[in-house]
Amino acid sequence: MPHNTINEKIQQNESAIPKSKILKALESTDMSVEFDDALENEMVLNMGPQHPATHGVLRLLISLDGETIKKSIPDLGYLHRGYEKLAENMSYHEFIPHTDRLDYLQPIANNVAYCLAVEKLLNLEIPERAKYIRTICSELGRIQSHLIAYGTTVMDTGGLTPFLWAMREREKILDIYDMFVGVRFTTSYTRIGGVAQDITQEALKATTKFIDEFPAYLKEMRDIIERNKIFVDRLEGIGYMSKEDVISYGINGPILRAAGVSSDLRKDAPYLLYDKLDFDVVTATESDCLARFWVRFQEMYESLKIVRQCIEKMPEGPVNAVEPKKSLPGKEKIYTKMEELIHDFMLINFGQNPPKGESYGAVESSKGELGFYIISDGSGHPFRLKIRSPSFSNLQGLPKMMENCFISDSVVIIGGLDPVMGEADK
Amino acid sequence: MNNDRLTVLKEKLSQLGVEFYDVNGSPGIIASPDKIIRVCEVLKNEFSFSQCRDAVGVDRFEKKNRFEIIYNLYSLEFTDRAFVKVLLDTKNPETPSLVNIWKGVNWYEREAYDMVGINFTGHPDLRRIYLPEEFEYFPLRKDFPLMGIPGSIPLPKK
Repeated sequence: MPHNTINEKIQQNESAIPKSKILKALESTDMSVEFDDALENEMVLNMGPQHPATHGVLRLLISLDGETIKKSIPDLGYLHRGYEKLAENMSYHEFIPHTDRLDYLQPIANNVAYCLAVEKLLNLEIPERAKYIRTICSELGRIQSHLIAYGTTVMDTGGLTPFLWAMREREKILDIYDMFVGVRFTTSYTRIGGVAQDITQEALKATTKFIDEFPAYLKEMRDIIERNKIFVDRLEGIGYMSKEDVISYGINGPILRAAGVSSDLRKDAPYLLYDKLDFDVVTATESDCLARFWVRFQEMYESLKIVRQCIEKMPEGPVNAVEPKKSLPGKEKIYTKMEELIHDFMLINFGQNPPKGESYGAVESSKGELGFYIISDGSGHPFRLKIRSPSFSNLQGLPKMMENCFISDSVVIIGGLDPVMGEADK
Repeated sequence: MNNDRLTVLKEKLSQLGVEFYDVNGSPGIIASPDKIIRVCEVLKNEFSFSQCRDAVGVDRFEKKNRFEIIYNLYSLEFTDRAFVKVLLDTKNPETPSLVNIWKGVNWYEREAYDMVGINFTGHPDLRRIYLPEEFEYFPLRKDFPLMGIPGSIPLPKK
């Protein structure tokens, strides 16, 4: 075929391809997106959704000038399961297992967050011992999630060993959950008004053993990379975002704290026992990937502090609220008492009936503010349940952080944001 | 939110002709679409609500003011919260976008557009955020069935 004809054919094909809206969004005043620019300097690169460095199914469309990122557009929704729609069609109790699948790096902390939000709506006070157990759970969840963030960040920069160390420690936490709940991963541990079951002395001993041994391993993890030139050079100054921008984009959690803002819901709007416990909010001022990394690392020490205090102070007592219309009565009572059987039947079939109104409950999860805005119409299922997920809002800063970085830095920046797509996509 | 701040806020905002409701002790402000920009500017500049952390699109499924959008504002300085609710028209749910006040509103409004079908005038990039661009329905509207609509998303060819 003569050369001209091929060119014509290509042009015909091009006009046949409709330019989708997402490609149009990538365009700017001095750039237009075309399909046959492979040998020119500017090109459009598709990264993900199946890419090991994007930590899940995040897709990025990047327009490049040589190796420099000019503009990038995240494309979400590859893990969208419609949890908000599902929640409207089930009772409050039935939604608990679904919260495991939101931020799947710390399922147990999500359970706690959801139940706290529902209890706020129901005006339900939980027993003291349940509060201690829940605090331990959410802090273990934080360690569990930060360990992954630690491991993957080092792995993204080329070090495999620390990732395996992090996973080894994480396994121990999962074993502790096994003793708490009987499940290692998707825990569904909390119930509205308390927790599924009391924790045993054996489980407490295992937790104590873990928090005693863990600091030594943390030191090892720190030593191997703290003065490693390759690691520090890859992270220092990368993904910088000014404090004003971080605030304006609504970003929170470790990224906001790494920008020098001491904002932590555990201190600012204390829930559970956090007003009685002694811990510090870790901050840094550099606002780059290295600062974010060390903020997360330091937070693990603070979490250990919290867990230790909780174990020392933990009182004896019930772990479920005695509120027949709101909290499940427990198996042994159902089998022996008529009234409890009726309440259980009503709660399982029709659900709790919170008063009409709107309520918002939020906790500081490992990635930022995890909140549930619940609108109740007085019936047993939520009229509207909105999940405010930290990964979603943190990802919004990604295009800004990636501007004028090298393509190889994009991997580190995504690792620094630590998004979990299960949570961002809902 | 402490009481002094709440009283000042209520005084200042009632001059703009808004109503109030309560969300677990945090003030909720109900504004109409033509006042929302002014209300939010006051909240940001005079009451230091420096972050918008979420926007909730709601379908009330009523004849009048079927749609709502609720902005979740957070003040880093005073560590408290306020909610701003905009009541929207049933036939043509449309409200000015707040992207020029808080940059982070961008994606929250895209989500509300994707899920409930609220139009934001002046939004720089109003695309669907989760669902494919060709999808015709708004899944969080109450008249969208839970099982979905068969054939609305084409499956890949064999």
